[in-house]
Amino acid sequence: MLETKIEKTVGKLNFTPKQFLRDFGIIFAFLLLIVVLSSLNSNFLEYNNIINVVRQVAINGLLAIGMTYVILTGGIDLSVGSILAFSGVVSASLVTGDSELPVLLAVLVGIMAGSILGFINGFIIARFNVAAFVATLAMMSIARGLTMVYSNGNPISGLSDGFKFIGGGELIGIPIPVIILFIVFVLGAFILQKTRFGRYVYAVGGNETSARVSGIKVNRVKIAVYTISGMLSGLAGVVLSARVTAGLPQAGTAYELDAIAAVVIGGTSLVGGRGRLWGTIIGVLIIGVLSNGLDLLNVSSYFQMIVKGIIIIAAVLFDSKVNKG
Amino acid sequence: MSEFLELKGIAKSFGDVQVLNDVNVRFNKGEVHALMGENGAGKSTMMKILTGIHMPTSGEIFLKGESLKIKNPREALSKGISMIHQELSSIKDLSIAENIFLGREPVKYGFIDYKEMFKKTEEVLNSIGVALNPKTKIRDLKVSDMQMVEICKAISYDAEIIIMDEPTSAITDREVEKLFGVIRDLKDNGKSIIYISHKMKEIYDICDVITVLRDGDIVATKPTTEVSNNELISMMVGRELEDVFPDKNNVVGEPILSIKNFSKQSMFNDINFEVRKGEILGIAGLMGAGRTEVVESIFGLHKLDEGEIQVNNKTIQINGPWDAIGKGIALVTEDRKEQGLALCRSVKENISISSLASIDKYGVLDRSIENEKVNDYIKALRIKLHSKNQEAGQLSGGNQQKIVLAKWLMTSPSILILDEPTRGIDIGAKSEIYKLMVEFANKGFAIIMISSELPEILGMSDRVLVFSNGEKTGELTREEANQEKIMEYATANLR
Repeated sequence: MLETKIEKTVGKLNFTPKQFLRDFGIIFAFLLLIVVLSSLNSNFLEYNNIINVVRQVAINGLLAIGMTYVILTGGIDLSVGSILAFSGVVSASLVTGDSELPVLLAVLVGIMAGSILGFINGFIIARFNVAAFVATLAMMSIARGLTMVYSNGNPISGLSDGFKFIGGGELIGIPIPVIILFIVFVLGAFILQKTRFGRYVYAVGGNETSARVSGIKVNRVKIAVYTISGMLSGLAGVVLSARVTAGLPQAGTAYELDAIAAVVIGGTSLVGGRGRLWGTIIGVLIIGVLSNGLDLLNVSSYFQMIVKGIIIIAAVLFDSKVNKG
Repeated sequence: MSEFLELKGIAKSFGDVQVLNDVNVRFNKGEVHALMGENGAGKSTMMKILTGIHMPTSGEIFLKGESLKIKNPREALSKGISMIHQELSSIKDLSIAENIFLGREPVKYGFIDYKEMFKKTEEVLNSIGVALNPKTKIRDLKVSDMQMVEICKAISYDAEIIIMDEPTSAITDREVEKLFGVIRDLKDNGKSIIYISHKMKEIYDICDVITVLRDGDIVATKPTTEVSNNELISMMVGRELEDVFPDKNNVVGEPILSIKNFSKQSMFNDINFEVRKGEILGIAGLMGAGRTEVVESIFGLHKLDEGEIQVNNKTIQINGPWDAIGKGIALVTEDRKEQGLALCRSVKENISISSLASIDKYGVLDRSIENEKVNDYIKALRIKLHSKNQEAGQLSGGNQQKIVLAKWLMTSPSILILDEPTRGIDIGAKSEIYKLMVEFANKGFAIIMISSELPEILGMSDRVLVFSNGEKTGELTREEANQEKIMEYATANLR
């Protein structure tokens, strides 16, 4: 017992500089970004601005957590933005007008809708061996179409106050979306690090064949991760509708790109099997902080797109550099 | 013999790990030079330095007396050093010709001159007596033919020094003969061959000089005729090995697993056999005889056309590996990198992955039990590592194989199936794995071992089944079994 304890501590402290850089380099990059932005603009570190940033990143954070699960198995989910829109519209429609339902029920239906679409993704990918890129590309189109059909292409407004609280409310000064993101992150990290299912996610991404031979029901794991991604997209849709106080059928366009970018910046390998959830959260924060900081500096959003692209490439290059031999 | 390629004081370290210390060796013209040593002795690193994949930390390489820096693989090729890798590296969806001329396709008016390419490929193939169509895609070849294509590729560079890393690991005895013919021709033409193999017989058949590496040092370089087999082994492991195979004292009991009428189209036909408690059952045969497919089917990796599995006289249904594991069956697969390990995950995770159900509560893992169990197996199997949190891919082949074995032992199986359990691992690790097998059988459990190495089959098996072309063609007791009989049965169904 003592022996394992000592070994644990030593194992934790015993980093080569390279490993240290690989595991924690992203945190330094993030801190550096904050230092630079706050020295360029004094408003950056103000309480209101910080709250503003974290509120903005909550949506991408939820999507990116689901995306991390998918990418860890070696897959990809391009349909998160469309599923977000569908869930957002569906849940909004339930808390408006005459047929107003209890908030909690509307939220659950929204999450459920996302989960079902995610399950379909996973089922098609696992059962019929369709490439994830293709299956979720198709779902991206289908879910967007469903959204348009359901809403007739019109925004759904006039939402109940209770529902709007999910997006705009605060608890002890912290915005509700941030609290939701925090809970989902803690739960998500716990599942990945501490549970059997989490191990299976890494094992499938690390080597699918060996995972199958090792007795893992690979198809179930795959279906589960896409369902999780769909579920969190659904939740993100609910939160977004509540924040903008309307179900917008065109919401979430190109959101999958930011989610994937956050995962990649966070150091998760696109071939699967390697990566951490907290890295993804830092990735989400880097993207959020960067766009906020550049906004404050009056940099045009066109130019911001270029910067974001450069950061993605830099992150990947850094990763492949430290991971080599 | 004139001196050709010389390594002087070559050393290499990765971080603070010293892999080669002060290596001095000479490879001569017209010589087949064996390079031997246990896994992790530094052979691969040495070859990677010669082929420009790694740069040495210090030391110099001389080619025909001139100092030489090899910065990348292309440069190595241009200096006439070419290598046949142990892992087949052909691109599967390109043709034989396209693979052989990859990166140096003959060009006419800016387009690839396929006519010329096919013609040249045919010449190379003919030169080593391989009858293949240059237009065939690699994907459609047998593994042994893929290996021959790799060899053709190396030869086609007009290389003066050809490095062969375990070139016979995937080819049949007859093809080995062919390969040796090619090697003799190359030698007569003044080429220098560096031959890496764990197979003693081959070394004595084909090599002129042997260099033995151990822990990054050269132990000795001697003419083959002056080293005995035992001497060679003790040079490699640094101690006298009484015998590679342990004394067998396992007692054979009741049947535990019976296979009835196993059939699957184009794989195997009407296979029947049983294995008993405490027994080591060897399955011999040539590559492609259907042995692997049969055991994979027992394990639920293929759907049978027909057939029945009985464990302890009860018929059981196996729909996938998870069912087989539940019935106490474990399968150590043939290819540890493809089927056995997630190389980018830790040793610990790889060992425990199939046993997580027994160390969790409501899906949450109990890490202290996991660590304890994993440590036990690391100790019991003497796996050499810095930390169990190290990535599996960083360990040597023998240690990786032990991780796979540890994974399966941890599931507490009563039937252990081993498919080529010692392929590509060094003699020390081999001997340890044999000991573990006997220990396992001694506990009253059963082992099925597929092996293409006859000494292993003869040394370990209580009973030997021989497969040929998808059918069981022979069954021999330990006393009856010998090389000649096994080969006779193994080729029985070949035309």
